[in-house]
Amino acid sequence: MSKKLRTRNHKVVLNRSAGGDAGITFFLVLLGAFMFLPMIYAVMQSLKPLDELWVFPPRFYVVNPTLKNFGDLLRLMSTSWVPFSRYIFNTILISVVGTGGNLILSSLAAYALAKIKFPGREFFFQTIVLSLMFNSTVTSICNFIVMTALGWVDSYLAIIVPTFASTMGLYLMKQFMESSVSDAVLESARLDGASEFRTFLTIAMPMVKPAWLTLIVYSFQGLWNSGTSIYIYSEELKTFNYAISQILSGGIVRAGAGAASTVVMMIVPIAVFVITQSNIIETMGSSGMKD
Amino acid sequence: MSQNTAAKTEDVKKPVARKDMTMMQWTLKEMKRNYVGYLMLAPFYIIFLTFTILPVLLSIFLGFTTFNMLEPPVFVGLDNYIRLFLDDDIFLLAVKNTFIFAAITGPVSYLLSFLVAWFINEIPPKIRAVVTLVFYAPSISGQVYTIWGTLFSGDSYGWVNGWLLELGFLTEPVQWFKNASYVMPLCIVVALWTSLGTAFLSFIAGLQTVDKSLYEAAAVDGIKNRWQELWYITLPVMKPQLMFGAVMAITGSFGFGGIVTALCGFPSVDYAAHTIMHHLEDYGGQRFEVGYSSAIATILFFMMVGANALVKKVLSKVGQ
Repeated sequence: MSKKLRTRNHKVVLNRSAGGDAGITFFLVLLGAFMFLPMIYAVMQSLKPLDELWVFPPRFYVVNPTLKNFGDLLRLMSTSWVPFSRYIFNTILISVVGTGGNLILSSLAAYALAKIKFPGREFFFQTIVLSLMFNSTVTSICNFIVMTALGWVDSYLAIIVPTFASTMGLYLMKQFMESSVSDAVLESARLDGASEFRTFLTIAMPMVKPAWLTLIVYSFQGLWNSGTSIYIYSEELKTFNYAISQILSGGIVRAGAGAASTVVMMIVPIAVFVITQSNIIETMGSSGMKD
Repeated sequence: MSQNTAAKTEDVKKPVARKDMTMMQWTLKEMKRNYVGYLMLAPFYIIFLTFTILPVLLSIFLGFTTFNMLEPPVFVGLDNYIRLFLDDDIFLLAVKNTFIFAAITGPVSYLLSFLVAWFINEIPPKIRAVVTLVFYAPSISGQVYTIWGTLFSGDSYGWVNGWLLELGFLTEPVQWFKNASYVMPLCIVVALWTSLGTAFLSFIAGLQTVDKSLYEAAAVDGIKNRWQELWYITLPVMKPQLMFGAVMAITGSFGFGGIVTALCGFPSVDYAAHTIMHHLEDYGGQRFEVGYSSAIATILFFMMVGANALVKKVLSKVGQ
């Protein structure tokens, strides 16, 4: 293996020009700066004391970094109308139940679509692919009618239940199962008399761990970043993200706390991605769509 | 169908031979034999049906009515569509803006995602993960794009204004997000900043799965440089990922309404960055003209699905 790799590297070098390498590096650095500097600026802003936030000409970097803004953020949280712990509780409840439900229902459905050859499965799968082609703006107004008919407006159900059937996770898991769970293994389990459900649980599921993690991350990020919902009026049902965005819109007085809140909101999804990156990339390897 | 039956002959419960039955009978037998599949799909699919399929069908239906959620809907034929295209200047502006937005952000984010993924694939694996994070982070960091509001803030403490003033290019601060000639370009830049998302990851993963021996063989066959490698080997092999990435890019390119609202307010100045999403929100969420907004949603639905169909057709030509 290693010997083969070396020959390959040798050839790759032949197919690479120094000018091309330099050009690509230049392009990547330039684009990287465009992507990265605003993120860094957000962090810098959150560490600036008040007099540095309002200095002319504006400075990119911080001279006397302080955590005071984060302290202010905590203080603002503790004085909010609804206890702040309630917003955090809501976010955790919605994220955990929503993600858990999505994982269970999507895995079952993905297994059925990938590994059980029932008539109509191609049709069911195509409707799910179709749903990836439009976003939730299209359905938002009529979903409100559905929620009203069900009597779910202004309850947790309106937020949680629809995420059970978010199609992105199902799509990725189905594709991953198709490419990494071999039919022969499932077949021998069936020959041993295992029920379809047992085969799913004890054989297929352990083989697709990267896909679960990816689904969990996607589902969690969607729920974490969902702020205001048109289905929720009550203050005590609203989420952490909503409360934070209220602080963000508080204007000049709260500029410091606002900057701190942005950093708090971005750190969680980034940390989650850092931990799970290799699993997500592995899952994405089978994300391809055949026509 | 017939290859399917052939492939399944090793099943425990033997698939039903099709010979002596009509198609109908055979399908029924197969359905019975695999009923577990329906059971496993059902919980997901029922919820999917209720909160995705049903609303789409409902909005197609309600688009032909006037409906205010209190009285029963009244059928009005094509009135909503006639009003949209003949009487509603703001809607036409929204259509134009949406097209500009999608036509720029869709292809550019798609190309950027691919180019960056391709370049990242050429750098050593150890720093690859870090570089991936740098490019991917803006798309998952929630409302961090509001930092662009701070950078381009309308007073002289905004970073851009501050420096343009200091260097003498401006004599007074520019209200970037309140000026009709700047809002569209700025929102497009911010949208692109957040657009290296799922498609980008899919491309990175796809590039890693390309069989390395193909490149060796190609080098022997006289492929001269990385561009030829890209065109003759990488792109054709990655076609499924390119399809998936295109779907993600299109769906994304129609979904930047939230960024516009957060940066420019609602409605944006002179409706300069008003998109179909905003028009829908305006009539559906605020004026409760559900019939009218359903017509808007239906148009948006067909625009997005149509764009997907078109791009699929174009992409099927890759490597042929």
